[in-house]
Amino acid sequence: MDTTRRSTGHEHDHDHEHQAVPSDLTLRVKALESLLVEKGLVDRAALDALIDTYEHKVGPRNGARVVARAWVDAGYKKRLLADATSAIAEFGFSGRQGEHMVAVENTPRVHNLVVCTLCSCYPWPVLGLPPVWYKSAPYRSRAVIDPRGVLREFGVEVPEDVEVRVWDSTAELRYLVLPERPAGTEKLTEDQLAALVTRDAMVGVAKVTLPRQVARA
Amino acid sequence: MNGVHDMGGMHGMGPIQHKESEPVFHARWEARTFALNGAMGAWRKWNIDAGRHQIELIPAADYLRMSYYEKWFVRIVELAVKHGLISRAEIESGKPEAGSARATPALTADKVQGMLAPGKGARRDVAGAPRFQVGQQVRARNMHSTGHTRLPRYARGKLGTIDRHHGAFVFPDTNAHFLGEKPQHVYSVRFAARELWGEQASPRDSVYIDMWDDYLEPA
Repeated sequence: MDTTRRSTGHEHDHDHEHQAVPSDLTLRVKALESLLVEKGLVDRAALDALIDTYEHKVGPRNGARVVARAWVDAGYKKRLLADATSAIAEFGFSGRQGEHMVAVENTPRVHNLVVCTLCSCYPWPVLGLPPVWYKSAPYRSRAVIDPRGVLREFGVEVPEDVEVRVWDSTAELRYLVLPERPAGTEKLTEDQLAALVTRDAMVGVAKVTLPRQVARA
Repeated sequence: MNGVHDMGGMHGMGPIQHKESEPVFHARWEARTFALNGAMGAWRKWNIDAGRHQIELIPAADYLRMSYYEKWFVRIVELAVKHGLISRAEIESGKPEAGSARATPALTADKVQGMLAPGKGARRDVAGAPRFQVGQQVRARNMHSTGHTRLPRYARGKLGTIDRHHGAFVFPDTNAHFLGEKPQHVYSVRFAARELWGEQASPRDSVYIDMWDDYLEPA
């Protein structure tokens, strides 16, 4: 198996139907897994458990609960901004790629944006595994040199008088953006608030907005 | 190393292909590759820094062409061979070499939950106070390691301000090469966007970069 040879073009950022003929990578990964299982180096049940964990147990809904709590509970927000790792652990969210968390707060004067220019560092326990765009060259290259342009591409226009802070995740600290709570949400419960919070808002490439039906209610 | 992975500030990478939502894995092989990385990492033959470095070692043209998990696939194979867990011959044949002993998996399903437990991660206790104080001006050293480093090119030689002290952490530049953890203080350093990018940047904006003590000198 040549580990560097060209793949067959079944890259994951296409929406096409999945092929009847297994892709080259499908076969190569299957062959490697079989070899490692046969050698007793990996346990298939452990692989299944890992996949299940990151597909179903960890994801941006975790982060959304943290944000919603910070919006309704001033004491929690204070703890989150002072020691995010402990505050997030109050929900039981911890572990790999979230051992050292930092929360940064968006305000009317400051907009925060998170990137990892060197690889794909991302706060797994609160946001899950990173989306393709976050780990891809266009975002990684431009977020630090042209954050306002990047934000515009995401539909966020940051006024001139607002400061943009970009956090490049070069060490083992992992960043969570605490977005601004949208106006008109005073009557919403914590759970309803959490439902509004998106992954993108917690990376800092979006703002939390109120869907029409909530705004009318 | 001054590799293509060190992308901060590069032009020409094309538009951001944003999607509001997407599956965690886009194909089963991606999921299996992700899990194989975790299960093989559990042998502790290498560390997270060596794992990152292995991806940096992918030739630049391949690095840019390959999808994310394809790079992870290359990483498992290269590290497992380098550290003697499998041989090239086994990769070629897809079968264990005759007479090779069967191992007992390092990661079993019951231990997976433990990966979500609080851990000490890369933080370490070190003797000695941090060399720099919050608010102090520092300069990122202008050095071009040929090995692994987390000092991005775009910050080298630039003037910044210590924004906060994070505690002491394992030093990737040595750990990636199995030269010891060399734990040292890490700071968030604020760089004005104009210091990094000149007049084209907004005078209000800044980039915060986490930096180990060895990356910095007093300004």
